[in-house]
Amino acid sequence: MNNIGLIIAREYLSRVRKKSFIVMTLLAPILFGGFFFFIGWSATREADTQTIVVVDESKLFESVFENDNETVFSYTSTSLDNAKEEVLTGLFDGLLYIPSVDVEKPEGVAFYSTNNPSITMMRKLSRRIEGEIENIKLTRSGIDKEVLDGLKADVDISTFNLSESGDEVVSSSIGATAIGWASGFIIYMFIFVYGAMCMRGVVEEKTSRIIEVVISSVKPFNLMLGKVLGIAGVGLSQFILWVILSIGISTFVGGMFAGNATSVKDAQAQQLEQMDIPQDEGQLAQQEAQNTVFSDFTGALSTVNIPLVIICFLFYFLTGYLLYGALFAAIGSAVDSDADAQQFMFPVTIPLIISIVALNGVINDPNGSMAFWMSIIPFTSPVIMMMRVPFGVPVWELALSMVLMVGGFLFTIWLASRIYRIGILMHGTKVNYKTLGKWIMMKN
Amino acid sequence: MELLRIENLSKSYSNHQALSNVSMAIPKGSIFGLLGPNGAGKTTLIRIITRIIEQDSGEAYLGGEKITPELVRRIGYLPEERGLYKKMKVGEQLLYLARLKGLSRTDAVDKIKNWLRRLDLTEWHNKAIEDLSKGMAQKVQFIATVLHEPELIILDEPFSGFDPVNANLIKDEIFKLQEAGATVIFSTHRMESVEELCDHIALINKSQKILDGKKLDIKNDHKDGTFIVTHEGSLVGGAHFELLSSSRTEIGLTESIIKDRTAGGPNNLVKELINHVEIHSFIEKVPTINEIFISKVKGGSHE
Repeated sequence: MNNIGLIIAREYLSRVRKKSFIVMTLLAPILFGGFFFFIGWSATREADTQTIVVVDESKLFESVFENDNETVFSYTSTSLDNAKEEVLTGLFDGLLYIPSVDVEKPEGVAFYSTNNPSITMMRKLSRRIEGEIENIKLTRSGIDKEVLDGLKADVDISTFNLSESGDEVVSSSIGATAIGWASGFIIYMFIFVYGAMCMRGVVEEKTSRIIEVVISSVKPFNLMLGKVLGIAGVGLSQFILWVILSIGISTFVGGMFAGNATSVKDAQAQQLEQMDIPQDEGQLAQQEAQNTVFSDFTGALSTVNIPLVIICFLFYFLTGYLLYGALFAAIGSAVDSDADAQQFMFPVTIPLIISIVALNGVINDPNGSMAFWMSIIPFTSPVIMMMRVPFGVPVWELALSMVLMVGGFLFTIWLASRIYRIGILMHGTKVNYKTLGKWIMMKN
Repeated sequence: MELLRIENLSKSYSNHQALSNVSMAIPKGSIFGLLGPNGAGKTTLIRIITRIIEQDSGEAYLGGEKITPELVRRIGYLPEERGLYKKMKVGEQLLYLARLKGLSRTDAVDKIKNWLRRLDLTEWHNKAIEDLSKGMAQKVQFIATVLHEPELIILDEPFSGFDPVNANLIKDEIFKLQEAGATVIFSTHRMESVEELCDHIALINKSQKILDGKKLDIKNDHKDGTFIVTHEGSLVGGAHFELLSSSRTEIGLTESIIKDRTAGGPNNLVKELINHVEIHSFIEKVPTINEIFISKVKGGSHE
């Protein structure tokens, strides 16, 4: 119908031309980029050096605490009280007190500081003490540590997906997780942001009373559908612009970082050589892990079915938004102001919030029964199915989920239009669920 | 010839009856006053005519045809509650509303230009509605109502919120539209405000039509033989007339309102009065629509 085209065009253009849209579209990738940059930076940066004084009354741990990048240890023979004094005056950041302990029953170890110590710090300290006690026990029971180390085995399990063509594809759960999580989360965000936009649009039409002018030339159903579709267009445009901008920015930033990273590594290696210090085992392992994560992720890009992910993403992005957008529009039509909308928004958003909460469970078991049901039921399937798709989903499940999704949004649009046609002309009536039910049942 | 015919319309909401069995005919080219207090059912009637809501029973015909969504395009409706998209520009907004009514883009652009000039809004063409004064926004909405040259224009409380200058401007435009062949329905609860404009009226109260017809006929029907006499000397009621009230005028005369008891006509009454006082003026008191309405609603019929 020609009318619906006009409505879609108005809803679309009036939003896309707004300054806030342009600003958000340009700014969001920068903010997101900055956000990820910050995460990367804070994870890799070295913590400030802390000085810790050790009062070791047992004399067992005298060579255990070695200085590293983050912590400088100094042993003292003064009394505990004196050492506490020193911490209080700010000479040291913390005080580790080890009483003369029984190796079989180590108790009474304490850490004193003026502020709360970090968990990593505590873990480091206890691990070292535990390690030393283990060593002592080993020696006592006559086992050489080197022999023990020789007994340890390190096994990495490589995962393969068997496909019917007989190829064994190296699967990458980390890459799949990242892709699934990101796409599920983006859908969740978009449904929220653009669903709320639908609702505000309807409330605006209702409170500004333009609705009566428009409704005398357009059917309520067309008006609602036009609004929902127009805003879907806004969301899609914004998303596509973001993808383009993000790719642009990340190639730019990525290029910059790649250059930096190699130079940093070189510098570190040089430093190490010069100082002739053996690299900390933990550090090495960490670096290795990072390397595998990275190769895993890039590997995922080649093993995950990217075209399928994109198709599914666009499908669930649109249908998920339509399903919820219609309900949000119905809420907008039933209330007199944004503030009144809260009580109805909550139940509508519960399935969405549940899907996000359930994501962790789905990651652990992407083919389990919870993942299956939640990816079939239309209200949770947009988020949950996107989490599963990168891991590979049987075709019939995907088809069933998609069919139900289409049925679901047709149903919510129908339901919403029943509420909408009555709601937009109602002013000043206190609306509750009972009246909503009545509106749905009411004939024209 | 009638443009709009309404037959036995009824509509009830969950908790009350909004219209019960209302019928009326609105002649082509008339200015028709749809009068009644708040909550009488005027807006419900208009919403049924414009197909915003559906009636429970009965039918409305425009030019002899049942009103369909396509036919609604021949109606221009200015709702009582005024509203426009606040962020949209005047020109764009009018274009959007005109195109929803089925006008082509070029046609709409021409007409918008014309109307903005007519109502002195040309320089506001590119301003957002929220930057306009209330009166200006109402003019824009009036334009939106009549832009597609509807045969039937329905105005719900059209003058509320207008200052006298703009109200007169709009009145003139309404007369011009009538001359051009449009039929206008005024809906209002302030009966005195449109009495002078309308040639036909219908009174609605508590979901029922209580009266309709030509304004002149209705007034003539409701004359109750009351006259206003300015005179010198004192007047006492008698067998020929009843004295309803008396008051002194500024120039020392007495103004009395009397009611004919004989139904013998004004001439007979004057003959009788001459015997008692010196008459300076003698005029028949024609009831206002408001008075007729009140007398009808109170059930005190003088017929």
